[in-house]
Amino acid sequence: MAVRVLIPPPLRPHAGGQVAAEFPARNVAEALDRLTSEFADLKRHLFTEEGRLRSFVNVYVNGEDIRYLAEEKTPTKDGDTINIIPSIAGGKR
Amino acid sequence: MATKVETPAGVKATENLTNEEILRYSRHLIMPEVGMEGQLKLKKAKVLLIGTGGLGAPLGLYLAAAGVGQLGLVDFDVVDFTNLQRQVTFGSSDVGKPKSEAARARLSNLNPDIQVQAFETKLTSANALELFRDFDIIVDGTDNFPTRYLVNDACVLLGKPNVYGSIFRFEGQVTIFGMPGGPCYRCLYPEPPPPGLVPSCAEGGVLGVLPGIVGSIQAMETIKLILGSGRNLTGRLLLFDALEMGFREFKLRKNPKCPMCGEHRTIDKLIDYYEFCGVRGEEAPAPDLKVPEIMPRELKARLDRGEDLFILDVREPHEYQICNLRGHLIPLGELPRRVHELDSSREIVAHCRSGKRSAEAVDFLRKAGFRKILNLKGGILAWSDEVDRSVPKY
Repeated sequence: MAVRVLIPPPLRPHAGGQVAAEFPARNVAEALDRLTSEFADLKRHLFTEEGRLRSFVNVYVNGEDIRYLAEEKTPTKDGDTINIIPSIAGGKR
Repeated sequence: MATKVETPAGVKATENLTNEEILRYSRHLIMPEVGMEGQLKLKKAKVLLIGTGGLGAPLGLYLAAAGVGQLGLVDFDVVDFTNLQRQVTFGSSDVGKPKSEAARARLSNLNPDIQVQAFETKLTSANALELFRDFDIIVDGTDNFPTRYLVNDACVLLGKPNVYGSIFRFEGQVTIFGMPGGPCYRCLYPEPPPPGLVPSCAEGGVLGVLPGIVGSIQAMETIKLILGSGRNLTGRLLLFDALEMGFREFKLRKNPKCPMCGEHRTIDKLIDYYEFCGVRGEEAPAPDLKVPEIMPRELKARLDRGEDLFILDVREPHEYQICNLRGHLIPLGELPRRVHELDSSREIVAHCRSGKRSAEAVDFLRKAGFRKILNLKGGILAWSDEVDRSVPKY
């Protein structure tokens, strides 16, 4: 059992095409840390150079925005799902 | 009170629909959730579609068919062949025509009882408020971040709902922003991604059916807003993954600190959205890299003379299958770890589809110490135009 991190389509090319990855993690920061150690290319897409989560990338734990929980310190337990949802803008062309 | 039509309002209502309209909308009229009252609400409604492309196609078709009385279509683009794979409002004979006008003609033909207005213009901070003012609901089906923020801010300033949809490859996002007490786009995404980090549909591709599904959900939500029925997507972000075939739903909250719709609003007028998104001028992404270039005709002449040139193709393998110049394929993303495959003593010409990715490759290789390296200006597209028309453009 572990925390399941779902990787959104725009970021899948940077994660070996994977749809999801599972890691044991006590909080969001740990899970994202595990994720970006496994897929180093994801790091610059998720974090700024200062290591802050980018503001066009939203993270949800079990459907709740971590901005309204404890941000990256939001605790996670086995079986939780973390969603990463970056903004996308396509539609017309 | 089951016989609404017999109420005075109902009697007056029937006067507003012709017998032809009653026949046309009969499948609505026999539903209690729409009925005569709902159909008249649709007839009175004024909806402005921003963008008449992928999302705008099902939006326009379904809203026109449903009898939305006034539809406005904002688009400055022209129909091209690559649009036809998903922009089902248009036919092959529309290629070359302005999208807003081609869509207007199609929708007016579908439903002559409604008014369709084409605005062949680019939505800007200078014209957005004036354009939006005459409409009840704004539907965002654009394709770039500056316009998304512009549509959001104009809707919040005017207090109008913004039925939002966006797509990428095989994923879609849908919600409604700008409802009283509800969140706005800036509550969800306070800032846009830096240019170049997120590829556009033109670069990343999009599965043709996807905008059909996402735009149809936007159309459904627009109609529900007009009818005032059901539970709409305000406060919920609906995520659709076509590849996994599933929907997920996320709670959206109004951010009390939102600079646009929060308690202490710091933005009270429309701004320069290209500057805000770090994009200058047209929808050009990152500024052009200055790297040494070679023109297609010059490359052809040098190859014909039998000169020793190494052609490096930095596109993806699936693009190589569409067409190629028999170059050595190393996708841009793999270049750093496959640089050993290149011989820096030979002269290298890098190319991609349009010359943008290969400019990045040339820049990277120059920084890695390569000196004899050139970028094919305009890429395969220019090669097809200037050297060999048998090479397909895509």
